[in-house]
Amino acid sequence: MDDEVVTDPAAAPAPAAEVLNLDDITMAFGGNQVLKGVTVALTAGRVTALLGANGAGKSTLIKVLAGVYPDHGGTVRVGGEPVQMTSPLAAARHGIQTVHQRIDENIVPGLTVAENLVFEEIIRGELPPVRSLRRLLPRAREIADTLDLGWPDSVLTKDVFELGIADSQLLLLARALSQRPRVLVLDEPTSTLSAAEVDRLFALIRRLRSEGVAVLYVTHRLSEVRELADEVVVLRDGRISSSQVAPFDMAAVVRAMLTESVLVQSHELVEQRGHDVAVRLQGVQLLSRCAPIDLELRYGEVTGVVGLIGAGKSELARGVFGADRLRTGSMTFDGRPYRPRHSKDAVRKGIYLVPEDRAAEAMLPGWSLAWTATLPFLGQISRGRVISAAKENRIGREVLEHFGVVATSAAQAVDALSGGNQQKVVVGRWMRAAPRVLLLDEPFRGVDIGARRDISSQAHEQAASGACVVVLSSDVEEIRGVADRIVVLVEGEVRLDRYTSEIDDEAIVTSMSEVA
Amino acid sequence: MSGNTTQVARDRASALSKAPLAGNGLTTSQRVQDSVVKYGFIAVTVILFVYFAASEPAFATQLSIFQMLKGAAVTAILGLAVMFTMVVGGLDLSIGSTAGLSVQLAAMTMVFYNLTGPTAVVVVILGGLVVGLLNAFLIVVCKIPDLLATLGVMFVIQGAKLIPVRGQSISSGMTLRDGSTAPGKFTADFLKIDRGFVGRVPVPVLIMLVLVVLAWFVLSRTTWGRVMYAIGANPEAARLAGVRVGFYRGLAYVVSGLLASVGGLILVSRIGQGDVNAGSSSLLEAVAVALVGTSVLGMGKPNAWGTLLGALLVSIVLTGLTMKGLQYYHQDTAKGVVLLVALLFSFTISRRKVRYTPAT
Repeated sequence: MDDEVVTDPAAAPAPAAEVLNLDDITMAFGGNQVLKGVTVALTAGRVTALLGANGAGKSTLIKVLAGVYPDHGGTVRVGGEPVQMTSPLAAARHGIQTVHQRIDENIVPGLTVAENLVFEEIIRGELPPVRSLRRLLPRAREIADTLDLGWPDSVLTKDVFELGIADSQLLLLARALSQRPRVLVLDEPTSTLSAAEVDRLFALIRRLRSEGVAVLYVTHRLSEVRELADEVVVLRDGRISSSQVAPFDMAAVVRAMLTESVLVQSHELVEQRGHDVAVRLQGVQLLSRCAPIDLELRYGEVTGVVGLIGAGKSELARGVFGADRLRTGSMTFDGRPYRPRHSKDAVRKGIYLVPEDRAAEAMLPGWSLAWTATLPFLGQISRGRVISAAKENRIGREVLEHFGVVATSAAQAVDALSGGNQQKVVVGRWMRAAPRVLLLDEPFRGVDIGARRDISSQAHEQAASGACVVVLSSDVEEIRGVADRIVVLVEGEVRLDRYTSEIDDEAIVTSMSEVA
Repeated sequence: MSGNTTQVARDRASALSKAPLAGNGLTTSQRVQDSVVKYGFIAVTVILFVYFAASEPAFATQLSIFQMLKGAAVTAILGLAVMFTMVVGGLDLSIGSTAGLSVQLAAMTMVFYNLTGPTAVVVVILGGLVVGLLNAFLIVVCKIPDLLATLGVMFVIQGAKLIPVRGQSISSGMTLRDGSTAPGKFTADFLKIDRGFVGRVPVPVLIMLVLVVLAWFVLSRTTWGRVMYAIGANPEAARLAGVRVGFYRGLAYVVSGLLASVGGLILVSRIGQGDVNAGSSSLLEAVAVALVGTSVLGMGKPNAWGTLLGALLVSIVLTGLTMKGLQYYHQDTAKGVVLLVALLFSFTISRRKVRYTPAT
């Protein structure tokens, strides 16, 4: 509606004062130069979007701003004055607040919601740590109200652990805002939020902008840039590869993020339609209070399941994979009754899942690529339980080469790789092993565009060679980019089930927003 | 597929530019640091050995070396028991009391019931199996955190074994409650477990070496071991890779109970009576030895050879210091220093993160 007005540079409060300058920032880890001289200026009352593929240096730049890397090169100036970003506390003193992507590292489980809200003040000694909860409540309420969270005291006195992931994110945001920052850094704040919460967040960011706060907004999503940003800065390989002022040339932005070869690779996917049913769900209730659904997952096509957070996507994937039991109903696989008691039953049948949360559900700290790739298929690399190192390495190398993982060898630890390459490993290990049914739950989360395209086209090849591929995501554009058939889930129920060419974005979004 | 080939080529090229991160371009100081972590602990052991051998003529004799190896046997075997549970991310606190239970079971079998030595061995091993299964049941089925479940089991065993003997130690020819003399005694073949030789090698040393080799083979060369390490690294990721996490966690505790009973078997053969306090002090030593083992060769994870080396080092230090006239009451201090030095290698100097997080 009034987006045009908002993105108009003339609407920004004049005169545009630069509150924060990053001059020629460099940062290296060992011999690895991650930032190679980055110069950015943030202006009061403007939203600057920071884009970049995984490994481009976004996270490092944010951490410099948050005072995590005091030994960076270059100068940080606040209001024109050079400052030393020696610690997170120093950053806060200079009016810079950061809301990091990883929530669990920033909230304190075991404390109440209220205590978490006033945590900064407790740390700084402005509020004594030992004090009755009741006396913390007024200040906590005040902070919650800045975001119109509308949390009653019953919520404020809960253990913060009981909050959902989205509410925890809002809590952190409220906490950052309670410090009245001059500069607010948001690192992919919408990755865990539902559409309504995103709207609320955007309204809030616009309000902050009108109050003169400089916002640095880190994201992977171009739609958010278009909607929210006044300026955009693109990082590639530790350098600024493009910076623009609205209105943006999005094609140029995308080009600036990618290397040429990835762009050459992009092509229109040809829609495939399968006929034979792989998995049939009958009377399956995905969430505790919803009607049971029937659903067919077919060989030879990529089924895209799209829905907001809490729509039952992961429940569907985990149920088919046998990671969680279904509440009600039954399944058949290849026409025969299928009741997995354990994921092992599914793996034996060629039904594989790439789980939603890579770090918590797929990564094994310190494990090599070859070990990670072969864990589900130990039978293939062993005889009489004794492991053959040669077979193990061969499979590791297959995954590495076939999926273009950037790693020195199959012996390299997976957690030393970038996010996109980690994802290629945990997806590739299943794709290598001839999946019958391949379930990919949010496979593109925190993954750069290059890796995203690789994974998409591999998923398509799998379906073309006869597999039943299911991609689950909350991002409509992502799903449209990969799926032949689209299933919309709303609160545990199927609202739409069509081939991609038969519907447009509008129809999908409309059906997603229809709540019974 | 040509698209894929160019992709691979491109990624190779960018892999080269990232080589320093991948580990090929280490600085000299990092290399030194890595070798210190990797070989430092072995070097310390060798240096101590050479020092004691040079300054005490009796130290490096065959008799003394076999004594040291024998001294290490019980600790090493109990260390292996704890190690298996550490591999799956847990910690078995009941091994000391399981070893104590073995002592008592063997004594009761032979002294009270006048049965043979081999029968006593079977009873002891069955005892270890039962404790292992009980731990596995409490942890896997009842979902009690490892440390708490085994702590409870430890107390129950310690107390329960006192009840049938009314808190008394069992010895051959002891007077029973009804005034009669106990019918049986420790048989000669049973006492041979500790005192016998195979060729020129003492039996306990042989048992220890066989178990270390077995444990190493199972953990690093078989799918069982791989799966156990996976559970220790990330149980949820293991489960979603199709691993039956509960079964293998339980298995680790059963193995632990069995190994602990073997340790107890050597112990009771050595002391030759049913001492009610036997085994109770060995828990912490076994945990320490297994922890020391994580630092050897920069492994950063529990492993069999490291555990053996830890037990040997403790034995070398104790023997050497005793020969130098150190009184017995200095022993715990010496053990503590050994443990702390080992932990310095794995936690302080190492650039690699050590994963040791027992579930609580």
